[in-house]
Order: sequence, then C-alpha cells, then structure tokens
Amino acid sequence: MNYQNKYTKQQIWDFLAEIPDPEIPVITIVDLGVLREVEVLSNKVIITITPTYSGCPAMKMFEDEIKKKLHTEGIENVELQMVYSPAWTTDWMSDEALEKLNKYGIAPPVKGSHDKGVLFENGPKIVQCPQCGSKNTVLKSQFGSTACKALYQCKDCLEPFDYFKCI
Amino acid sequence: MLETPPLANGGREGLKMTTKDALIKYCLRLGDTSLILGQRMAEWCSNGPTLEEDIALTNLSLDFFGQARTMLSYAGELEGKGKSEDDFAFKRNEREFYNTLLSERPNGHFGDTIARNFLHDAFLYHLYSALRNSKDEIIAAHSAKSIKEVTYHLRHSSEWMVRLGGGTEESHQKIQDSINDLWMFTGDLFAMNEVDEILIKEGIAVNLKDIKKNWDNTVNEVLHRATLQRPEDAYMQSGSLEGRHAECLGHLLAEMQFLPRAYPEATW
Repeated sequence: MNYQNKYTKQQIWDFLAEIPDPEIPVITIVDLGVLREVEVLSNKVIITITPTYSGCPAMKMFEDEIKKKLHTEGIENVELQMVYSPAWTTDWMSDEALEKLNKYGIAPPVKGSHDKGVLFENGPKIVQCPQCGSKNTVLKSQFGSTACKALYQCKDCLEPFDYFKCI
Repeated sequence: MLETPPLANGGREGLKMTTKDALIKYCLRLGDTSLILGQRMAEWCSNGPTLEEDIALTNLSLDFFGQARTMLSYAGELEGKGKSEDDFAFKRNEREFYNTLLSERPNGHFGDTIARNFLHDAFLYHLYSALRNSKDEIIAAHSAKSIKEVTYHLRHSSEWMVRLGGGTEESHQKIQDSINDLWMFTGDLFAMNEVDEILIKEGIAVNLKDIKKNWDNTVNEVLHRATLQRPEDAYMQSGSLEGRHAECLGHLLAEMQFLPRAYPEATW
C-alpha cells in the first residue's frame, strides 16, 4: 500500500488529535503540543514527538497509543522520533486547551509569567482558583501529582488544587 | 614509577583521545551524575518529612532519571556497540562511573539532602545554561530541556536553604553543619582533564572555571539570604574524573543494580 495515496498529513493529525493525555484525559497530545510533526512517506508514516518533562512517564504511553491508533486506522508501518529541541514549553498549549484544563479543575499555566528563569519569586503571580475563581491563592508546593503540576490552595474556598506549571 | 621516554608528545601518540572518545566520557559524566542524584532522591520515596516534600523529592528523581536516560543513550549511540542506557546504568561497577563526588553523598537528614542538592543544583543550573550553546546538537538540546527542570530544582533547594537557615537555632546549626561537611566535595565539580580540553576546543564543552564564577555568585547570594557562613576553601576531595569514588557509591549501586543483575531476564 502507498500511504501517500491514501492519507494526507491532516488526516493523520486528526487521528492523533483523538488521543487523550493519560493523566489529564480532557486534553489531547495535540492540545499539549507534544505532537510536533507528521510525515507521510510512501511506505511509512513518521511521527515526531517531544517530551514535556525529561522523565515524564506518560511519554511511553503516548508512543504506544500513537502506534495503536494508527494501526487501527490501517497504518502498520509507523516510525516514532523523539526530539528535544526546541524544548517543550507550555506556551504551545492552545487557548482552548487552557480553557479545558480550567474546567477540569486544573489551573492553567499563566502565560508569560516566567517562573522560567528566576531563582526567587519576584513579583506576584496570580493563579486563579479553578473551583471558585478567587485570586486569593497560595503555592503549597512546586511539585504536584505529576511532573507538570504544582500544588496550590485557595484561601477563600480553602480547596487545594493543581496548577499546570509554566515552563 | 616508569620513566616516560623523552618524546615531544610525551610518548602518548598511540593513546591520543579522539573527540568522539572525549564526548562519550563527557556524556557519561553528565548522565551518571543525573542517574546517581536520581537514585538518591528515589531513596526518599515514602520517607519525606511531609507528604508535599515526599512528592517533591521523588519528582526531582523523575527529572534526573529522564536526563540520565538522554545522556546515557547518546553515549551508547556514539560508542556504537549496541549498549542501551540500562546497560550503562546497571552493568558497570563503581570505578566505571564518572558522576560527581558530591552527587553520591548519602542523603543523611533532610537538611543534608537539601544542602547537597542546593550546591549541586547551582552547579547544574549554570552548567546547563552555558551548554545550551554547545556545538554538539544533542548536548545543546538536552541542556535547553534540562535547564527548565533544574531551575525548578534550584528554586526548591534555595528556598529550603533560606527557610532552614533562618528557622530555629537548631535548624540553622544543622544546615550550617551540612554545608560545612559537604564543602570538601565541591572542588570536584569543577575538575577538568583531557576530555574538557579536547571538547572546549571543539566548542562542545564549556570551561568550568567560568561556571565556577557563576556558581560562587549564586551560592554566596543564597547563603547570605539564609544567614549562613560560606566555609573557607580547605582540602578538596577529587577523583570523579578517574572514576575514584567514596565507599557510599558502591552501596548505592548495590541496591540500584541488584534486580537487573540477579534477574537479567526480568522485564516490566
């Protein structure tokens, strides 16, 4: 079979856009920005992905899910490539993805709030409580239930919540 | 000791290290250091002083293992003998490891771990910042990725330094003692040999003398905020570049390597 005659790049993207994140099922690998490139050759399809965090255990699952999905769509020969550059950033997440996170109960990364380069927090960074919308929240721990999240607490409704770290 | 024949090149023509050999060694240094720090952090699993810290320390572990994987698999690729990152991690003995002496120091109490991590995080932070411009594409990409994680690590350890230094009299004294005890292993972080010489010329590695200046600034700033004294430089232990380690590395490896060595066929 010649894959180029049968599938367009967009079709493959659309197939893969159905694969949810195993930890945060409301967003997909496309929403996350983990899927970087799709290349359709005559005899194989090359999928390029990038890890969110170096040690993210979900990456193996992404790889398996991508292969499984494409196999069910009739694409047997799938090659997966892992790239580290440019390094993944939360800036790649779509506004739609951020909205989905918020509705799910995870405060989305505050864009441009560079937690990125500073040693000590300089200036207030407001993370809004996804439960009650209050801006009166406090960082409890920079490390949360997965590598990509920090733990916050709302001082108004007192609920603890996850914050998707901005990197 | 044998006398070296009086040749212009010191009689070492046949043993000249190639750029590739040097690069493999360099990857092992970076990879091993991350691996050993990762294993130390994993030892905290279920032993953290609070639930949040337990999760934090094991999150660090995950980052370090991820970083180790990239470098060790690259070393295997360069070597071209079909070795995987697991082969490097589980099938070498302590004299074949090139991790920094500081990275292998035992966890001790929570303050000891924070002090070790802080001194080491500050080193990796400045090292990876600089290595983002490495002419080796993989090292550059790895560094651009790792710097994001190491920034979090450094912030975590720095904030604890300040909290413990400025806490009670007891916490202040304990964290000062931890820093004093670890100081003799900080010299080894900046040791260089032929590997560095070759790779600096190629624009792949960075001069650790430059990293030392930035490290000094960060360490001084945080110690100052933490109301702690910077120890005087005295005797510095060295050896990681030649694979000479403290006894504690052997114990760490014994635990880490036991399963894959005892059950080589074991799979997930």
